[in-house]
This record gives sequence, C-alpha cells and structure tokens, in this order.
Amino acid sequence: MKDTLLLGTRKGLVVYRHQSGDWKMTESHFDGIPVSLAYEDERNGHWWACLDHGHWGVKLHRSKDHGKNWEELTAPTYPEGSEIKEGVPATTRLLWAIQQGGRNNPNRLWIGTEPGGLFRSDNGGENFHLVESLWNFPKRAEQWFGGGRDHAGIHSIIVDPRDEDHLYIGVSCAGVFETKDGGQTWRACNKGLRADFLPDPYSDIGHDPHLLVAAPTNPDIMWQQNHCGIFKSSNGGQKWVEVSQKDGPANFGFAIAIAEDNPEQVWVAPALSDTHRVAIDKSLCISRTDDGGKTWTDHRKGLPQGHAYDIVYRHALGVNQDHVIFGTTTGNLFLSKDRGENWQVLNNYLPMVHSVSFGQ
Amino acid sequence: MPTVKFTYALKRFFPNLKETPIPSNNLPELMEALEKEYPGFRSYILDERGRLRKHVNIFVDNELIEDRENLSDQVKEDSEVYIMQALSGG
Repeated sequence: MKDTLLLGTRKGLVVYRHQSGDWKMTESHFDGIPVSLAYEDERNGHWWACLDHGHWGVKLHRSKDHGKNWEELTAPTYPEGSEIKEGVPATTRLLWAIQQGGRNNPNRLWIGTEPGGLFRSDNGGENFHLVESLWNFPKRAEQWFGGGRDHAGIHSIIVDPRDEDHLYIGVSCAGVFETKDGGQTWRACNKGLRADFLPDPYSDIGHDPHLLVAAPTNPDIMWQQNHCGIFKSSNGGQKWVEVSQKDGPANFGFAIAIAEDNPEQVWVAPALSDTHRVAIDKSLCISRTDDGGKTWTDHRKGLPQGHAYDIVYRHALGVNQDHVIFGTTTGNLFLSKDRGENWQVLNNYLPMVHSVSFGQ
Repeated sequence: MPTVKFTYALKRFFPNLKETPIPSNNLPELMEALEKEYPGFRSYILDERGRLRKHVNIFVDNELIEDRENLSDQVKEDSEVYIMQALSGG
C-alpha cells in the first residue's frame, strides 16, 4: 500500500503517513497558501504542489526529496495573443489537473488549467507549452464555458498506460475529449451524456463532467461524476450510459474513485443537488457500487448524520487498496480501512480540502 | 534615481528583497530590472500579459497608479515606488 497521503488544502499542503497501522499527520508545507493540487509522480517520487496565491498568481513547485526541499518552477503561461474569447486575454487562473505522461516518456508531464488550456512538458516540468491544437479546437471560444469557475477548466487528465499518446481530458464545461496522437488532434467523446442545463441536453459540447476517471485494470472502462448524474463507458468513452441511483443519493456530486483492482467497484460522494450544495439531509455518506453501477449502497457508519454541511470537492476522494479517504469543504478528513463499510475521523480541524492523493 | 520599496509579505518568497534603487523612469522597465535582481519576481506582481495582478497595488509617491494594464504612470527621478498587496482574505 502507498504510505503517504498528500492533501492540497486552502491553507497549505498537509502530509499524512501510514505508520504502525494508522495515518498520522507528519508535516505541512506552504502554510497559509491555497494549494489547488498536491501530487506525487509515481515514476520518480517527485512531489508537485500547485499553488493558488490570492495575490501573487498561480505557482508551481516541485520537491525531489519528499518535501525536504522545494523549488519553484515556471508555471504554465499562455502565449502572447491567446484569448479566452474575443477581446479577453488568456492568463493562467488555476492549475486544476496534473498528470505524469507515462513510463515510456519519463520526462513528460501534463497540466490542465482554467481558462481551458492543456499544457505539456517534455523536460520534467522545467517548462510547459500550451497544446495549441486543443486550444484551437473548433468553436472552443463560443462553446466552452465556466462551471464553478469564471471560465472553462481542465480538471481531469487520463493517460492510457497501454499507449501514452492516447489521452482523455475532462473539461468543465465542455465535456470529454480524446487524442490518439499525443495531443495533435482531438475529438469530443460525449455521446450518451445528458446536460440538463443546456438548451439541447444531448449537445456534442457543453457537458460538465465534474471528474473523469479510468479503471487502472482496464482503462477502457471509464466513469464520470457528471453535473447531471453518474455515467459509465465500457468502450473508452465512445458511448456513455447513465448509472445514477434512481431515488437514491448517488446522483449529484463532484468526486468519484475506482477500485485499483476492480473496474466495476466505484465510490462517489453524494451532495444534495446543484441548487443546494450541502450534504443530503445534512448527513454524510459515501455511495459504492460493486456491480458497475447497477446497484448502489450508501455507507454511513462512522460519518456524521445530521448538522453536516460538508461537500467533497472533485479531487478530494482517494482510494489506496482497501483504504478510502476523503476530505471536505469544512475541513474534515475521513478514513475507511474496509472500502467504505466503516469510517473514522482522521481530522476535524483542517482547512477546506481541495485534493487527496497518495504517494509511496 | 527612483527607489522601490516592497510589502513585507513578499519577503517570504524573496528573502533577500530590500529597498532597491533602479535607474529607470518607467514602471515596465523597472519591473524588468527587478526581475533581473530577484528572478521570478515579475510573475508575482504582473500576470503573463504584463498587467498588474488584481490584488496587487503599486503606489508612486503615495499615489495609486492609474494604468494597471500597461503601467504607463510616470515615475520621476526622485520617486518612491511602493509595491504592496491588497489586504483581503481570511
């Protein structure tokens, strides 16, 4: 099992380590600074911290020694003349996804940003360049729009481990896009999705996949916790099928995670609705399916039932073998050691949790 | 020559930051000179289009600059330029 837990929070990067059977907080970095994402590159153990200074802009930091020393690198920037839409210059507003580029390309790294640009580095993150082909995707300026942020943003990047030039990205709001040539050409993969907030709910573009994930054991099986429900694809995003729980909590939410050993076992963190962004009945639960979304069970044992306002942000639910951990907007951190059956509190006093991820 | 002073908040990221005289009479040049003196500094103050960041202020002789887009406000030979952040958040 991975024994390090990295939390990106509104007040810094918090580290937990698995010691003597328990997760213990061991240190923090960037105290007081919002960390949109904290991430370990599993190829080399490098830690990445995406910072979102309120005053000084977004910054990118790397540690090659598990947090002992940090160095600031040049964060992705949009080329001169880039426009979000006509007359609105593009600048990097948020680093919202970071993903290593695969073991055959050990220096490749991808970063997704608001306002909708994907960036690629081929030198280990020393510098990044905008993937122009996606930025110039037909009608991007007219059809992509903000979801929870001022402008469209890329929050999900999936690199196919069988072919590292094969990627998917999730954009809020635009949908899922696929490239098979390392980012030279792109196509939309939104068939079967429903976007109730659009004039045409079955439009090719304009969907809001809050988080897009692929199964480690079979990357053709993909899931998304969408703004309008939970959707699954069994054919690499060619067709999506809704697998939300009718009359149950597993519908609206932001986070979703797949078991490392089973593409049909998935967890979501339900919220009431897009118009009421609080826990359902002010009670926290994590819903799990073991059969590919045919049935869902909500797990509550050990979670607060009543007077809870927690929402789980899209990157704030993680799975590490049998351990499932999630952090919330009100600074709670919960752990299950048995895939969600039973829960315990790890912390009630954290800042708002933006991201949860594991490292070695 | 103009002198640039800084909010103490920037010392966290640039520990060697100190009151700096710069032989220039315009703000963009002055920012370039500061970038050479303190690598990475410019990106903390300006966005990648060269505009003053939303929550950063520059005062020239106690007057808030007017042109946040192009930093065209005049700097005199004996001006004092003060770079500070907005006081906000929690």
